Amino acid sequence: MTSVLESLNQGLHAAFAQDARVYLIGEDLLDPYGGAFKVSRNLSTQYPDRVWTSPVSEAAIAGVGAGMALRGLRPVVELMFGDFSTLVADQLINSITKFPAMYNGAAQVPVVIRTPMGGRRGYGPTHSQTLEKLYLGVPGLRVLAPNTLSDPGDLLRRAILEQNDPVLFVENKVLYPKQVLDNAALADFEIEASTQDFAPTHTLRLKGAPRPALTLTAYGYMAELAREALTRLAFEHEIFCELVVPTQLAPLPADGGLQLALQASLQHSRRLLTIEEGTYSLGWGAEQLARAAQHFGGRLQAARRVAAAEAPIPAARNLEDAALPALEDIISAAREMV
Amino acid sequence: MSDDAALYTQLATIRRFEETVLDAFPKGAFYGTTHTYIGQEANAAGVLAHLHDSDLVFSNHRCHGHFLAYGGDARALFAELMGKATGVCGGIGGSQHLHWKNFYSNGVLGSTAPIAVGAALAEKRKGSQAVTVLFLGDGAMGEGVVYESLNIASLWGAPILFVVENNHIAQTTPTELAMAGSLAGRFAAFNIPAVELDSSDARQIYDIAAQEFAQVRSTPGPRALILHTARFGPHSKGDDTRDPAFIEELRAMRDPLTIHGDRLENGQRAAIEAEVDSAIAAAYAQAEADPLPEHAAHVKSGH
Repeated sequence: MTSVLESLNQGLHAAFAQDARVYLIGEDLLDPYGGAFKVSRNLSTQYPDRVWTSPVSEAAIAGVGAGMALRGLRPVVELMFGDFSTLVADQLINSITKFPAMYNGAAQVPVVIRTPMGGRRGYGPTHSQTLEKLYLGVPGLRVLAPNTLSDPGDLLRRAILEQNDPVLFVENKVLYPKQVLDNAALADFEIEASTQDFAPTHTLRLKGAPRPALTLTAYGYMAELAREALTRLAFEHEIFCELVVPTQLAPLPADGGLQLALQASLQHSRRLLTIEEGTYSLGWGAEQLARAAQHFGGRLQAARRVAAAEAPIPAARNLEDAALPALEDIISAAREMV
Repeated sequence: MSDDAALYTQLATIRRFEETVLDAFPKGAFYGTTHTYIGQEANAAGVLAHLHDSDLVFSNHRCHGHFLAYGGDARALFAELMGKATGVCGGIGGSQHLHWKNFYSNGVLGSTAPIAVGAALAEKRKGSQAVTVLFLGDGAMGEGVVYESLNIASLWGAPILFVVENNHIAQTTPTELAMAGSLAGRFAAFNIPAVELDSSDARQIYDIAAQEFAQVRSTPGPRALILHTARFGPHSKGDDTRDPAFIEELRAMRDPLTIHGDRLENGQRAAIEAEVDSAIAAAYAQAEADPLPEHAAHVKSGH
């Protein structure tokens, strides 16, 4: 079995081996450290001239990556914490994603900005956030969030090499040590994978379960909790759910894999519970519920969100636990909906 | 054509283009806004005369002069300002967002600095020998990302020429209210060699730029050329808060067309002006007759 961290590291190594245009720029990348979360381990040893450890200058390294991408290279920029993505917001919104469209299709900026997001590590208010909601809906930005249902490293490799959009690649910190699940680990589930988009969407239900009474949707680490909730809801409360897990958060085409998977599930369940680690209001889940409401109108019988509190994430463990969405929150929300 | 005549043609082309823009704006020919280069023409003409085909230029909101001196087409630029399909960027970019060949501009001050440094590093890695030129104004010196970029350019040896056009005013704010320390000191702090010139003489600028390009080409790494200059026009269309008498004084003392034009024979100068006038008038007329863009697919997406 391979952990998400190992998979991502292997994906970077594969991209470097496959294409000499691949570069990595970020803080503290050099071995033996290999980046704060070790995703970049051994790259600086194997590719010393293509791994550039940088000053603490997030905006500039994002811009440098953009300039390299504009001129035909395939750079990856590592932001040590997703919280620091705010320092990159101008580059991301006013340059990186603008150039392709505002230059009327005559320029491409295939830069991948990777960054860890999320809490549950006690890092406190400015090193624990799930901020990708700020960037969802920025035109021209592809936002990817790997999970354990398919190979995160291969997704990263493909994001670097096989498409031309700028990518924000969001890695939940708590996912790093989790195992990428193989068939044996998922033996209890019937799984459908939609591969019509660049990144897959998975629909999970327990084998032999009756038609779902509720549809859950979650991405990244929250998909782990949602899968556990799905099992417990079935065995402890006889509430049968389907879980829809996207890997691509944006763009969100009306006929894309996530929307079609949600519609297929909601056709039976008519109830949608969205689960995210970002803050509650105006977020990813709200968009999914809005899409479901637009599609199903009055036929949608119940809609709820489980998300983080709208407050800074405290450093104290018990307070952090209270601020972030937990397994029990999913189970109690689900029970109230059915 | 002699070098002096070519330089004068460039100066006159930029001047006539910008005057046409300012004349036509109140008549409703254009939509949006513009930032004219009147008074600073000698910088673009003198610096960009040294470009090789493979070189890159990154420019800012005040980019028309840079674009024309780069070799950009006046009709395509008029059309871009008019929002026509034949515009440099099909009418999507408008006045401050241009891309053609290796020329790029963006309207967020200083935002181009890391991108230009990254582009320069990419060209170095690809072995293209290209020099990247980044135009910055005194106003952009207030943006933090510029300093991050100078640091990285110096650390990583980016083959880039930073050209600072100090027109002594950022929109309406005089430089002395916005900048502590000196321009040269900013580059010195990062160990980037910088030279300074206070002139509106295109030939002087041409000569100093020649040395800077030669240095960057022979020992690839960052250098800076600080050009103290004068903006005769408003920041954009009608927002000049300076005393008109002061601007008259600037025009009398520092007009690049007067300074350089005096080097030409009267007949030659008049002939160049007549040629430029008719070329710009023709470009404007063509752009005016050009079609509007179709609704681009990307404007409709997401619903």
